[in-house]
Amino acid sequence: MRLDPYLLRKDFPMYSKHDSSFEGKPLVYLDNCATSFKPQCVIDACNHYYEDITANTRRGDYSLAHQADKAYDEARATVAKFLNAKDSKEIVFTSGDTFGMNMAAYGLLPLLKEGDEILLSPSEHASNVLPWFEVAKLSKAKITYVELDEENRITLENYQKALTSKTKIVSLASVGNVLGYAIDVKKFVSLAHEVGALYIDDAAQSVAHKKSDVQDSDVDILVFSGHKMLGPTGIGTLYGKMSVLEKMKPLFYGGEMNARFKRDGYLTLDDIPERFEAGTQNVAGALGLAKACEYLSSIGFDAIEEHEAMLRKRAIEGLKKNGNAIIYNENSDTGIVTFNIKDVFAQDVATYLSSKGVFVRSGQHCAKILPEYLKTQGTVRASFYIYNTIEDVDTFIAACATAEDFLDAFFS
Amino acid sequence: MPFSLDHQELLREIIVDNYQHPRNFGEVNDDSYVTIHMDSASCIDDIYIQVKMVSDKIEDVKWHGTGCAISMASTSIMSELILGAKKEDALNIMKEFNKMMAGEDFDEEVLGDAICFINVNRQPSRITCANISWRGLQKAFLEEEKKEHV
Repeated sequence: MRLDPYLLRKDFPMYSKHDSSFEGKPLVYLDNCATSFKPQCVIDACNHYYEDITANTRRGDYSLAHQADKAYDEARATVAKFLNAKDSKEIVFTSGDTFGMNMAAYGLLPLLKEGDEILLSPSEHASNVLPWFEVAKLSKAKITYVELDEENRITLENYQKALTSKTKIVSLASVGNVLGYAIDVKKFVSLAHEVGALYIDDAAQSVAHKKSDVQDSDVDILVFSGHKMLGPTGIGTLYGKMSVLEKMKPLFYGGEMNARFKRDGYLTLDDIPERFEAGTQNVAGALGLAKACEYLSSIGFDAIEEHEAMLRKRAIEGLKKNGNAIIYNENSDTGIVTFNIKDVFAQDVATYLSSKGVFVRSGQHCAKILPEYLKTQGTVRASFYIYNTIEDVDTFIAACATAEDFLDAFFS
Repeated sequence: MPFSLDHQELLREIIVDNYQHPRNFGEVNDDSYVTIHMDSASCIDDIYIQVKMVSDKIEDVKWHGTGCAISMASTSIMSELILGAKKEDALNIMKEFNKMMAGEDFDEEVLGDAICFINVNRQPSRITCANISWRGLQKAFLEEEKKEHV
């Protein structure tokens, strides 16, 4: 069934509380790749913890603490179901994608040795590059890259060329955050496994837009943030196959992740996943994230993909008709449109659009190797989501049409 | 009415002119210049400012790099304002410029063409673009002081 963005907006206070406007102009929020708005049910789920069941989890022997434990465990089960994980113990709560990628990289460090290869791509976000740089330094492993094709896409052919018998880890975004290209994760995973490599799916940009099924794709680890998928900030998930989590070293040490320790340094770890969740957890965030999973599932990913594709098509057509844009990902697979206005610096475009109430991202979008390939220093990125409407796209296109007048943002 | 409020078109042209025809643009390979690299994680601006001090006077200033229209024009205008100036006069211009950015009363007389940025705080996220050059100059002065104490 088609989704109705006008109806969905009623669920989102950012629209419903403010009559879909911001600072006196219609609110055209097109930076969904950076973060998404939150539906009331997610906010309520977080507040439920603060208003009704506040107690620290996994510590209390009283009934209130039991309620908090129960809600936290249920949230874990909901996320497991959302990803189709075999067991909810394979779900580790994190603070977000960056934390998850660091947890994966440092967690797998003991498995790496000199000469091993960690395979990335030049289009990865900093959070899927920099932890590996550090881990490569410590282990003397080597970072290798899948080359991009002329469209700056990761192709199966180039991926196969880059995989070697030395590849121990493959870590790629299932959807790139700048150009929005998707890869065939299932196929990529099976090829990685053929050479004996572990496969890590940076799902930060895919989890909100496409169905994730970790059993079907057979990924070893999948990492994402809650806030890009209608969930709260400060919460995310690392999914790991139980056999992989068993090999991983925790990144943080402290409360509740240990079973026993003694003065001589003796330490035994708690079970999985608790050993990866040191300290008091973001319980409210976990409850909110679980609610976001349920909300997205109730809409359905077929409807989400269809809606985003429709908006994207209209945006591409509009930019082409305007005639002043350079489009970098005309054939992208998701609701991301990356472009520049000829002879105007990306940031100047973004400020100009902002003066018209249209909020987009400009810059390098944290993927700082990619500009070499795009042959531009920065780009403007508009990213669509479930609550964006045809009118949003049309306002965006109309604003882009006159973006050469970018100084109007300061003078008119 | 102050000049700045009555001449919006002119102010706009100053920005465009300095963006398209940057003044004192170039790179020198000379140890007597202090070189400051201004870049940041959140924006694309990537600007190098090179300052040569003789006693307390700015003997020469050069800059190169890339950035948005606001940051490039600001650096160009700053380079013209401070070239040949005494350090204390440059600091005074910086002080008045910062007051303008903060929306406080300021001395329009000393700002010269830099008055063109009077409206930048309408887009608060862009103040860091307009003052990138001045922040760079401040760093250059600090580096110069360190050199003097070696």
